[in-house]
Amino acid sequence: MTIIKKILNFYIEGFKNQSKSSKRLWVIILIKLFIMFAILKVFFFKDFLKSKNLNEQEKSEYIINNLTKQNNESN
Amino acid sequence: MSQIDLSLVDWSRAQFALTAIYHWFFVPLTLGLSFIVAFMHTIYYRTGNKEWESITRFWMKLFGINFAIGVATGIILEFEFGTNWSNYSWFVGDIFGAPLAIEGIMAFFLESTFIAVMFFGWNKVNKKFHMISSWLVAFGSNLSALWILVANAWMQNPVGMKFNPETARNEMQNFWDVLLSPTAVHKFLHTITSSYIVGAVFVIGVSAWYILKGRHIIFARKSILIASIFGLLSSVFVAATGDNSAYDVAQQQPMKLAAMEGLYKGDTNAGLVAIGILAPNKEIKDVENPFIFSIKIPSLLSILAERDVNAFVPGVNDLVYGNKDQGIVPISERMKKGKTSIEHLKKFNEHKKQGNTTEAERSLKIFEDNYKDFGYGYLNKPEDAVPNVPLTFYSFHIMVGLGFFFIVLFIIALYNVATDKLKNKKWLLKLLLWSIPLAYIASELGWIVAEVGRQPWTIQDILPVSISTSHLSTSSVIITFFMFATLFTILLIAEVKIMLSQIKSGPKEL
Repeated sequence: MTIIKKILNFYIEGFKNQSKSSKRLWVIILIKLFIMFAILKVFFFKDFLKSKNLNEQEKSEYIINNLTKQNNESN
Repeated sequence: MSQIDLSLVDWSRAQFALTAIYHWFFVPLTLGLSFIVAFMHTIYYRTGNKEWESITRFWMKLFGINFAIGVATGIILEFEFGTNWSNYSWFVGDIFGAPLAIEGIMAFFLESTFIAVMFFGWNKVNKKFHMISSWLVAFGSNLSALWILVANAWMQNPVGMKFNPETARNEMQNFWDVLLSPTAVHKFLHTITSSYIVGAVFVIGVSAWYILKGRHIIFARKSILIASIFGLLSSVFVAATGDNSAYDVAQQQPMKLAAMEGLYKGDTNAGLVAIGILAPNKEIKDVENPFIFSIKIPSLLSILAERDVNAFVPGVNDLVYGNKDQGIVPISERMKKGKTSIEHLKKFNEHKKQGNTTEAERSLKIFEDNYKDFGYGYLNKPEDAVPNVPLTFYSFHIMVGLGFFFIVLFIIALYNVATDKLKNKKWLLKLLLWSIPLAYIASELGWIVAEVGRQPWTIQDILPVSISTSHLSTSSVIITFFMFATLFTILLIAEVKIMLSQIKSGPKEL
């Protein structure tokens, strides 16, 4: 328990005693992560196959169809 | 023709290239500077000298800025896999899943845990543990790079996996074949050691600026000493791993090697182009000299590619149209085999659905017999298998030229700092400072050679880029392209501004 407390205190003190520029870096990191995960990922980078609501078998069929369609049409 | 339209493919490629190039602005400095900091920290630990503490703290701070701004920029590439490259993502199966999961765990436990100890641990933890934390951050950063490079190497040389025609996914057969393929080993070693050069040149360049300004002279000299030794050793290693990589390219991706060398007509005792200017109107099939001007080192390309001075090295034309004497099959033949393989992938699944086991097995055999040429079935003409020769050629030669330049630069820096002659040579100090962007250029060019040179393939010989993309609207890819361009440009400006302000403040005297 004391070890966990020590580790926690180490982190808390470390974050508290950071310089101004380090705190500014944390703000940049948080803004960046927010843009990436809350905006880009949610609105612009949906998983293409997941968004089609297909099960695993249907996903395989969809890809096989994509892989073989061209050849079929060009023959 | 149902192939996804080229403008979508090109925008998807441009977007991926943009994010990869921006991501790579941050990575090499993290990889290189982490080890330089670890060395400096070790010297401080062993000597207890306050000057070394100040040096370690300063470079650690710059490492922290670069790490903080660059962290997670690679995740965008993973977003793109799922959205823009869904055919490819599904097709590759476990190859990205397993290594990236390991990378995530490594990065989380090693980097995030020990980075905290490294930054917060001054006078708080045992000095030895603190110093070891710096080393663990360096090893953690480099190890997390290993997994993504292994995945990339698999795309250049797909071994250790087997394609399952029922699920359309590749499945891991032998993890060690994937991890220890020569392509993976050489790629990893070449990439990380070239990143050490970026770190070394950065430290030397910034330190040279201090000497030019007449500030922190002792700090700068000591930093240059460490960085030039580290850089010189790394440069020699980069040259050796580069040679191994080129040999591997010759074995696995001969078209890439031909493009790297602007070699159209294969030859025995083939010479290596030391300097060359390509003829701008050169076409694949014509007999024109591909060079306006070139200086070649006789037979060196044969030695580099085959470890044999008399060996034949195929050119673009040999690989596209075949060379009977050398046993090279023309791409038109491989296209036929590829189309047969694709056709029987379809038939196999149709027969399987109908419950026609005999026909399904027959189709499966034909599919598998022709699978190594699977990707060629998607090409419209044999010439489509040729990458952009000028871009690959110039990127390769500028990268190699800069590689040799850095060896000389490190020797000169080391000699002058060791003999205390540096502060009187303004031209050299300026050269050292302005070499910083050159190190980044060389590092990015390495990726351009690797990725442009392997076109049209996403997975060598198996899956071309044109069939890898998702059926998205081109406009949505264009929008996200510019969003990324904006986001990454802001990040890069932030990085440069914060770095410059810290550099101007300089190290704290302790």
